[in-house]
Amino acid sequence: MTHLLAALLSLGAFALLAGVVLAVAQRVFHIEGDPMVDKIDSMLPQTQCGQCGYPGCKPYANAVASGAAEVNHCVPGGERVMLQIADLMGVEPKAVEEEAAAPMLAFVREDECIGCTLCIKACPVDAIVGAPKQYHTVIVDQCTGCMLCVEPCPVDCIDMLVKPELLEHWAWPLPDTRRAAVGHERRGHHAGHA
Amino acid sequence: MPAMLRTLAQKLGMMAHGFHGGVHPHERKLTAGMPIEDCPLAPLYIVPLKQHIGEACTPLVAVGDKVLRGQKIARAEGYVSVPLHAPTSGTVVKIEEHPVVHPSGMSMPCVFIEADGLDEEDHSLERMTNWRDLDAAVLRERVRMCGIAGLGGAVFPTFIKLVQDKKNPIQTLVLNGIECEPYLTNDHQMMLEQAEEVLQGMAIIMHMVGAESGIIAIEDNKSDAARVMRQALAENSELAHVHVAVLPTRYPQGSEKQLIYSLTGKEVPAGKLPLHVGVICQNVGTAKAIRDAVLLGKPLTERLVTVSGDAMPRPANLRVRLGLTLRYVFAQRGLEDFENIQILHGGPMMGERLRIPDVPVIKSSIGLLAMHQDTVMQAHPAEQPCIRCGHCSQACPAALVPNLMADHCRNEQFDKAEAYNLFDCIECGACSYVCPSNIPLVQYFRYGKGQIAQLRREHDFAEASRQRFDARDARLAREKAEKAARRSRVRKELAPAPDKDTTTKVEKSTNDKAEES
Amino acid sequence: MSLAISSPHAHGGDTIRMTMLTVIIALLPAAMVSVYLFGWLAVFLIVACMLSCLLTEAVCLRMMGRPLKTLLDNSAALTGLFLALTLPASIPWWMAVLGSVFAIVLGKQVYGGLGYNLFNPALSARVILLISFPLGMTSWLIPMHVGPSALNMYDFSAALAFFLHGPEALKLGLDAITMASPLGHVKTEWTQGIGVAEALNSYHYSYLDAFLGREAGSIGETSALALLIGGIYLLARHTITWHIPFAYIGTVLLLAAVFSVISPEHYSPPMFHLFAGGLILCAFFMATDPVSSPVTPLGQIVFGIGCGVLTWAIRTFGGYPEGAMFAVVLMNCAVPLIDHYCRPRAYGHGGS
Repeated sequence: MTHLLAALLSLGAFALLAGVVLAVAQRVFHIEGDPMVDKIDSMLPQTQCGQCGYPGCKPYANAVASGAAEVNHCVPGGERVMLQIADLMGVEPKAVEEEAAAPMLAFVREDECIGCTLCIKACPVDAIVGAPKQYHTVIVDQCTGCMLCVEPCPVDCIDMLVKPELLEHWAWPLPDTRRAAVGHERRGHHAGHA
Repeated sequence: MPAMLRTLAQKLGMMAHGFHGGVHPHERKLTAGMPIEDCPLAPLYIVPLKQHIGEACTPLVAVGDKVLRGQKIARAEGYVSVPLHAPTSGTVVKIEEHPVVHPSGMSMPCVFIEADGLDEEDHSLERMTNWRDLDAAVLRERVRMCGIAGLGGAVFPTFIKLVQDKKNPIQTLVLNGIECEPYLTNDHQMMLEQAEEVLQGMAIIMHMVGAESGIIAIEDNKSDAARVMRQALAENSELAHVHVAVLPTRYPQGSEKQLIYSLTGKEVPAGKLPLHVGVICQNVGTAKAIRDAVLLGKPLTERLVTVSGDAMPRPANLRVRLGLTLRYVFAQRGLEDFENIQILHGGPMMGERLRIPDVPVIKSSIGLLAMHQDTVMQAHPAEQPCIRCGHCSQACPAALVPNLMADHCRNEQFDKAEAYNLFDCIECGACSYVCPSNIPLVQYFRYGKGQIAQLRREHDFAEASRQRFDARDARLAREKAEKAARRSRVRKELAPAPDKDTTTKVEKSTNDKAEES
Repeated sequence: MSLAISSPHAHGGDTIRMTMLTVIIALLPAAMVSVYLFGWLAVFLIVACMLSCLLTEAVCLRMMGRPLKTLLDNSAALTGLFLALTLPASIPWWMAVLGSVFAIVLGKQVYGGLGYNLFNPALSARVILLISFPLGMTSWLIPMHVGPSALNMYDFSAALAFFLHGPEALKLGLDAITMASPLGHVKTEWTQGIGVAEALNSYHYSYLDAFLGREAGSIGETSALALLIGGIYLLARHTITWHIPFAYIGTVLLLAAVFSVISPEHYSPPMFHLFAGGLILCAFFMATDPVSSPVTPLGQIVFGIGCGVLTWAIRTFGGYPEGAMFAVVLMNCAVPLIDHYCRPRAYGHGGS
């Protein structure tokens, strides 16, 4: 009986101590704001495209951090971003339902543009320049390809073009472990040119 | 026991003078000792707008313009860049995308020049025979405007290395005549035939950077070149503090950082240039090009190319104008049918495999190899699992652990790959060369490096987008606040009834929202 | 068309197959000595182990849907030879076959096949056998030319009967045909309070015999000479480097020397440790198995020292007379950690 009592008391005392330490630690190391939101936000591609159903990446990050949204709604981020977020949140990964399209760029056909500035207002990253009654132009280096400018255009003069692949940005693929393809490719090429 | 003692002695020997690891590929220097021949001129030249490490050039000519040989046709953009020059006289016929030397087989903008056959030269650059009296900065500008980039194959803009830095004064100029890649012999032949010109170039570089001593590094499989260079040195009173160093033949002895270590025992810190240890390294061909630029006022429009390979009918060391297509150059040496032939640009260890011969010769074209399909295929059999034999780390000249690094790249654990010093890999290929499992280690490293670069690019882009998004948000909020303030001022002036005011406000704010979204 | 193939476009010609074959060749002197000492029994054991390893590997490859030509990489054959050489000549055929199946299935294929196994397959199988069949795995036949034995192992039919049906088939008592190994003898005597020198004396221990291999033990481990010839061949062919064998043997010699100087009655002398049991076989062949040993030179030295300390400690303080295989298998566990912490200093990172 005394043994049981001793065990209970000592464990109880330990639990109390641990509780106090934790409580103190929470006060001392308290962090303002939710660092989770910023962490998630930094993983998102910042296209601000709204395909997740939230008006921008930060709102979606907020929703994920508060548990209001699933981790798999970022379409342009794809599987990689989903896995990162799931890992951070400590939840099971979920397949991203929509397949991301190839990276796109908006392009204004300037001779058709009436200078209404509606696309400029729609662009979430201020990547379209122009003044009322003047042609508008997309700054190629800043366009995230979110397509939010296409809908508002009253004369449908905005095209979404596939982002051109740059020689400088070409990256080596993983090796083809079969390797026997060396011969096939050459032969195929000759057939094509003959 | 003796085998072990030998290994031990080798290890100790390596520590004393020589870089870590290395391999001994078959040399196959088919063109050794063959005199340099001029590749005949052709009717069409294709000049890609980027032939060096750094920024691409912007064309200065338009279609229809007449150009002279050596005339600047594209200007450098940014600091790490050098201009381009017309390889012969003629007319610019088009400026458009064309396939270039690149593993992707992709195209880049090129200037097409139709030759007029006269090969008239542009003599607008004066000869700087008085270079000894000239300021280093003047000579440096000359080297830059003549479009000179490292002709050993790395094509790093040369002028950038030719600086006098008070903090790191350059003591030693290393002239790299190692040429450790199999098949290649153009540097070798240049030392044999143009020793004097090379030494003149060396003297100019030493004057520019203020180097006190110089070393001409040659591998011991080119003892004739060492003899010729020593003789030329003996006749040259100016280069008293220059000597020829004969190093054991071992790949990649010619790699800049490894060579500096072999010669001086100094290691270039990771991510730094050799000048941080008071050394600069120039290829013999670059020295000759610098000499031509300074003494003759000739921009870089040609280079020596070893045309060889086991499928090459008549291998040769050729002086080739930049812009000639590989197909044309090969045809001059009897190769016209490319069936079952693999073309390598550069040597077999570090060269690129090209898919078509219609790309032009560029500043980095140290060698053009025509290989039998089978020879190349045998070097790329199916990958087998790593048996962790460790031969790759024994061979690695940067003392990395290639097999573990490749695992991290394959598994996309790029942070770990970087922690294993992925970016210190010089992609020399020694690891893949010795791998009994035929693992394409170099490609895994290139994949890893490419992915890391891409992720960084994406991250930077996302960061910039986020900032613009935040800035826009802040601006919209401010505008809204200003609008609201203006309105309430107007309303106060009109002094409407209090109950009516509330409704308008609500309506207005709904309208605001609609406008924004 | 997007297929990009990176340099180098040349290869030195090394293959897994040749690497494995080199090790098999290096083991031939030891295998020949085993045949000299154990006659047909050694032949049966080697053939049984190699064949059953190959067969097991074939079945595994088939089940996993991998090409059967992987068999030609010689790794399964090498595992079989390794295993056979670490077994006593007295074991029945089924134990050898069972060991081979363990080696291939539990030692290698469950991890994903060649290159992915944590442990040396042959050694892990041998450890499983030793724990499962302690008696069978520690009965050492008196080798030919060593002492009078009731079993003539050069007699094909007698050896075959022994191999298939055990000593009962020949109506032989185990006592008449077995003897203690030197390590076992010293250990047994020690438990009875007899010192090392006296124990060696009563065993008629001779360093020359031990060096040449005229002693009891596993069929391939007895001859230091034959193993050293093979080890030097491996070093000369650059199949292995000196780091592991030298660190391993050096550590055992050092520890044995220090302790035998302190107390010669308690601790066996260094040369006895060197020639006894499987030290040389383990140091040159087992610990250097590329898959289950560290990649980096420093890691290999650390690994070798670890093996040495464990071998000496198990032999001296453990319940088993021999500790070499245990030592290697235990150190195999530490390899990923060793590899991570013993990377060489990369060019341009610190140093002069």
